Amino acid sequence: MLLTNIESIPGKRIVEHFGLVAGSTVRAKNAFKDFGAGLKNIFGGELKSYTALLEESRNQAIERMVKQAEQLGANTVVNVRFATSNIAQGASELYVYGTAVRIE
Amino acid sequence: MGELIYLIILIALGYFVGTRVERRHYRLIEERERNLLHLPAVCGKDFLEDRAISESRLVYGSVVVSTDYFKLILAGLRNLLGGEISAYESILDRGRRESVLRMKEKAVGADIILNLRIETSRITEMGSMEVFAYGTAVYYNR
Repeated sequence: MLLTNIESIPGKRIVEHFGLVAGSTVRAKNAFKDFGAGLKNIFGGELKSYTALLEESRNQAIERMVKQAEQLGANTVVNVRFATSNIAQGASELYVYGTAVRIE
Repeated sequence: MGELIYLIILIALGYFVGTRVERRHYRLIEERERNLLHLPAVCGKDFLEDRAISESRLVYGSVVVSTDYFKLILAGLRNLLGGEISAYESILDRGRRESVLRMKEKAVGADIILNLRIETSRITEMGSMEVFAYGTAVYYNR
C-alpha cells in the first residue's frame, strides 16, 4: 500500500476514488516504564521508551487504515493526516486518516 | 530540612547534567543536519522538477523529549509572573529538529520531501512532549 500526504502520487495517475479511510488506537503508558521516564525527567532529553511506544501505536493506527483501504479495493491512500490527542491522564489517542484511491 | 536538601540536589543535577546533555544533543543535531543538506524538506507541493519519478511515499519520524528538573522549576516560577518561558523553547527546538532529522534518515536516497508537517503534543504533566514530523519523499529516476 502506497501512502502520501499530498493530493496525488507524483508520477502516477489516480483512476478511482473511494473516500475517507481512517484508523485509530488509544494507548495508555506503562507504569513501570513511567518510573524510568520519571528519573529521566530530572536530566531532560529523549524518553526513548515513550518514543518507541508512540511509534508502535502510530504504526498500528496506520495498519488499521490500510486494512480498511484494502477492503475497499484501493491500492493507495493520499493526503494522509495524523492527529494526536491527550484524552485522559496518561492515555493518548493516535488517529490517522486519508483518502483511499486506486492508481494505474 | 531533608526535603529541601533533596530538592536542591535535584535542581543542581538537572542543571549540570541537563546542560551537558543539551549541548551534546545540539552538537549531534548540527552535524546530522549538515550531512542531510542534500535532501531538502519543503512545506509545499509545487517543488517538483520536470523529471520522471520512480517512487514517492510517506516518511515520518518522531521523538519524545523532556525538559530537565532545573528548567521545570524555572518554568514553574515563570508561570507566576507570566511572560516568555525560554526554558521550554530549547526543548521544543531540539524535539522538532530531531524529528525532522529522523524523518529524513528514513528517506535514504530520496531527492526531496514534500509537504512537511510537524505536530506537537503534550504527553505527561512533567514537561515532556512528543514531536512528530511527516512528509512525502520523492525519488527521481536515475
